[in-house]
Amino acid sequence: MEIVATRNTIKTVENTTNMESEECQKPKISIKNVKVWYDDFQAIKGISMDIKPNAVTAFIGPSGCGKSTFLRLFNRMNDYVDGFSMEGKIKIDGSNIYKKKIHVEELRKEVGMVFQKPNPFPKSIFENVAYGLKIQGITDKKLLASRVEKALRQADLWEEVKNDLKKSALALSGGQQQRLCIARTLAVEPSIILMDEPTSALDPISTAKIEDLIFELKEKYTIIIVTHNMQQASRISDYTAFFYLGELVEYNKTNTIFTKPEKKHTENYITGRFG
Amino acid sequence: MVSEKNTNQIMNKIRVNRWKDQLFKVWGVACTLIGLILLVVFIGDILIDGIMRIDWGFVTDLPSRKPEKAGVFTALMGSLWVLVLTTFIAFPTGVAAAIYLEEYAKKGRFSAILEINISNLAGVPSIIYGLLGLEIFVRILGLGASVLAGSLTLSLLILPIIIVATRESIKAVPKTIRDASYALGASKWQTIWNQILPAASGGILTGVILSLSRAVGETAPLIVVGALAYVPFAPGHPLDDFSVLPIQIFNWISRPQHGFIENAAAAIIILLLVTFMMNGVAVYYRNKWQKKWK
Repeated sequence: MEIVATRNTIKTVENTTNMESEECQKPKISIKNVKVWYDDFQAIKGISMDIKPNAVTAFIGPSGCGKSTFLRLFNRMNDYVDGFSMEGKIKIDGSNIYKKKIHVEELRKEVGMVFQKPNPFPKSIFENVAYGLKIQGITDKKLLASRVEKALRQADLWEEVKNDLKKSALALSGGQQQRLCIARTLAVEPSIILMDEPTSALDPISTAKIEDLIFELKEKYTIIIVTHNMQQASRISDYTAFFYLGELVEYNKTNTIFTKPEKKHTENYITGRFG
Repeated sequence: MVSEKNTNQIMNKIRVNRWKDQLFKVWGVACTLIGLILLVVFIGDILIDGIMRIDWGFVTDLPSRKPEKAGVFTALMGSLWVLVLTTFIAFPTGVAAAIYLEEYAKKGRFSAILEINISNLAGVPSIIYGLLGLEIFVRILGLGASVLAGSLTLSLLILPIIIVATRESIKAVPKTIRDASYALGASKWQTIWNQILPAASGGILTGVILSLSRAVGETAPLIVVGALAYVPFAPGHPLDDFSVLPIQIFNWISRPQHGFIENAAAAIIILLLVTFMMNGVAVYYRNKWQKKWK
């Protein structure tokens, strides 16, 4: 109940803020005319947009519209895909993440990612959360333990697993595994979290837990979530972007997109008339 | 509209198919059993001939002209030396090559040629490897007919098998694990070392052990390299002369005295024990690995 109340207040505040002052706010991610190809197939056809900090931005659109590809540009996960090439600029906090000098590993500490299916490592719960820290060279056991606990608490999982940290992560339920994956991401202390349909493999109760969690996390993090679930987008996001066939059709406050979309296309999609 | 004629035709077809199914089942069982029955008969025959001959003395005795005094000690030690050296040479080389091919090599003509040739290597007759080993290791590198030259030759022989097995198990690691590791800021090396190799280790070990048990049974390439049928002492050094169990068996079988035939049977039992034990370890690791991923 509290959450709903907060949510409503936020919405009112947003509605009363005039657009100009928001325009002045520095974007967390700024995308300029980005095009992506897989061999000859053009998956993204020139998209420009700004992502606001400390907010949840939802990417919606039918399967194959390029939203996941677009999401994976921000932590350069497409780099490993055969035939991938891109044009355009993506800046995070003002610096181009596709310039030559950048260390992809550093970028990914800043930009965490949660995947569609929970994908814990076949290791203990503790090792899963500590992995991101260990690969940074952190070996101090006390520090590791405290960071692991902090991350698990943030992901709302600590109370459920605090006595079983040595148990295999694969023994957890699907929803717990996904929260573990979120904890694992949080442990590295990123500023942006990318979520690629994080609840599509989960039951409604686990989904609700993850949604509450996303709502809490946006105070500190910039969150971008790809979702096929319209209700989810309207429940948890502040901004919504609708993609279709590699293009950004409409991008606005979630409230506006879901109540009075500018484009007919968007309206058809969110009301379920196609897609 | 289905006429009665049509229905009959369909029923007939179903009957014929069932009949074919049954026939194939019988054929399949027969094919499976042929191999098994022959193996059982063979092992039974060997056991009858040789089991009485096996005692601690047979394992620890040096070779002798008198069959009742002869033992397999030098050959067994030679086989173990070959096994250990081959492991140390072939395991790291094969796994490293597989990691390179699977994770680093750019897909293109070069890697395609490499891949085809590795498959070809797996099909080269072992005696050819023997000749290769004789020329390169024994003569050019001047290692002589040593246990090291033999092990290097056998390493070449099993390298393709190890590479193929390792690549298959690396491929079997779910892509999601890789993604998760990269997304947390791990480098390629960290991902391979911390996630992919541990996850693939069961399959890799299985492949390595099976290929080693093949190496232990190889005779032809070692004869060409120059392993001896009679060595008075077990090798104490990688450059020492050596014999191995299969050569010892071959040598004993070609002797006229009946006692040596019995010795050969006993030596076969010991060789089989070694390979069965290795296969057992391989099966154990495979099961353990499968459990982890279910």
